[in-house]
Amino acid sequence: MSDPMSNPLLVQYLPILVFLAIATVVAGAMIAASLVVGKQKPDAEKLSAYECGFEAFEDARSKFDVRFYLVSILFIIFDLEVAFLFPWAIALGDIGMFGFWSMMVFLGILTIGFIYEWKKGALEWE
Amino acid sequence: MSDILAQLGAFWADLPLIVRIIAGILVIVVPLLIGMALLTYFERKVMAAMQLRQGPNLVGPFGLLQPFADGLKLLSKETVVPVQANAGVFFAAPMLTFLLALVAWAVIPFGEGLVLADINVGVLYLFAISSLGVYGIIMAGWASNSKYAFLGGLRAAAQMVSYEVSIGLVIITVLLCVGSLNLSKIVEAQKTVWFFIPLFPMFIIFFISALAETNRAPFDLPEGESELSGGFNVEYSSMTFALFFLGEYINMILMSAMTVILFLGGWLPPLDIAPLNWIPGPLWFIAKITFVLFCFIWVRATLPRYRYDQLMRLGWKVFLPFSLIWVVLTSGVLVYFDLLP
Repeated sequence: MSDPMSNPLLVQYLPILVFLAIATVVAGAMIAASLVVGKQKPDAEKLSAYECGFEAFEDARSKFDVRFYLVSILFIIFDLEVAFLFPWAIALGDIGMFGFWSMMVFLGILTIGFIYEWKKGALEWE
Repeated sequence: MSDILAQLGAFWADLPLIVRIIAGILVIVVPLLIGMALLTYFERKVMAAMQLRQGPNLVGPFGLLQPFADGLKLLSKETVVPVQANAGVFFAAPMLTFLLALVAWAVIPFGEGLVLADINVGVLYLFAISSLGVYGIIMAGWASNSKYAFLGGLRAAAQMVSYEVSIGLVIITVLLCVGSLNLSKIVEAQKTVWFFIPLFPMFIIFFISALAETNRAPFDLPEGESELSGGFNVEYSSMTFALFFLGEYINMILMSAMTVILFLGGWLPPLDIAPLNWIPGPLWFIAKITFVLFCFIWVRATLPRYRYDQLMRLGWKVFLPFSLIWVVLTSGVLVYFDLLP
């Protein structure tokens, strides 16, 4: 580990790191430029939260529908499944029938869960 | 002529790595930002033509400079930060949206070997970056401390997350046919036939999910100006708003580029015959992206907005099971006929 430039993996990802730095600088510079160029004249009414012309009745940090929470839980399950499928799809040629049927069993179990949540009404929005 | 090119090539190879990287990034970012500006012009002109109007026609020839005038106007406006807002997160959100939209372009191949970072896991990288895009929006919705922004942010997050699952499964079907996560390899695998022909239903699902993922009409509920008056970016003004706008449109171009790479043969000409393969690859790539973007705009000018329950039903009850079945079907056919790469 003497010279980081001798590691091909690091060299491959270096452009992304530089890109990230440049993009951050560009985004920051754009906001800074508008703060300099634009005339800033704040007043109390302008700086209050937008509420269609009247004072807000309550804070925006209020209760919200639990379904959004449910969607995110379902998302985690299915996104993990997709994460499992990525390497499987690449390696399917090498792992043969055993690999194929293992994944089918996994997907089958997942489908049973999916049917259960469908029947339970977790996917309903009224 | 070839002498000069060879000298230029030698000069290029002699430059330090960091200089080459920065030059490469500029070659991507500058045309991308100009392209994004032209896209807003293109959108307004196409929509105007579809609704029998003129569209922007005053600033510059044919109104071509309109987007740049809009940009300058936004730059000179006041940046309003609501008193109740969480200022740090409030500024971080548009920056995050914008820089994620830019950074994703590092792995996009514009032609044979024309890619900034030719990493092995290109598709995975794109998938990860587009997942992170949710954070910019949910941060904006939360940090604004306004009800409209909060509801818009929640809706956007739930919507993007729902359609990401089907996008992931669609990508899997393509990967099954390619056997590599490298985007250049995915394009090269389409030399015989573009994937939208064998995987046509997946192509349609990917396109519709791309509309939902970029919060475009008919899935633009997070902004839903008639009910949420702008959604998650209601409290944003000046450049902070412009960064969201830029990020959104660059994401649109990115999703079109992904559609082209995964299904429409990337930089490959439609047929490898004489007049068609004279045109350089990057031009084909840009032409195809423009076509997909035209479809984005076409859909916006044609369809009314979805209701939120319809949106969630389509994502979870139609696209998810259908794409899952298609993954099983594709892999089954490929294994059975021994066609795996």
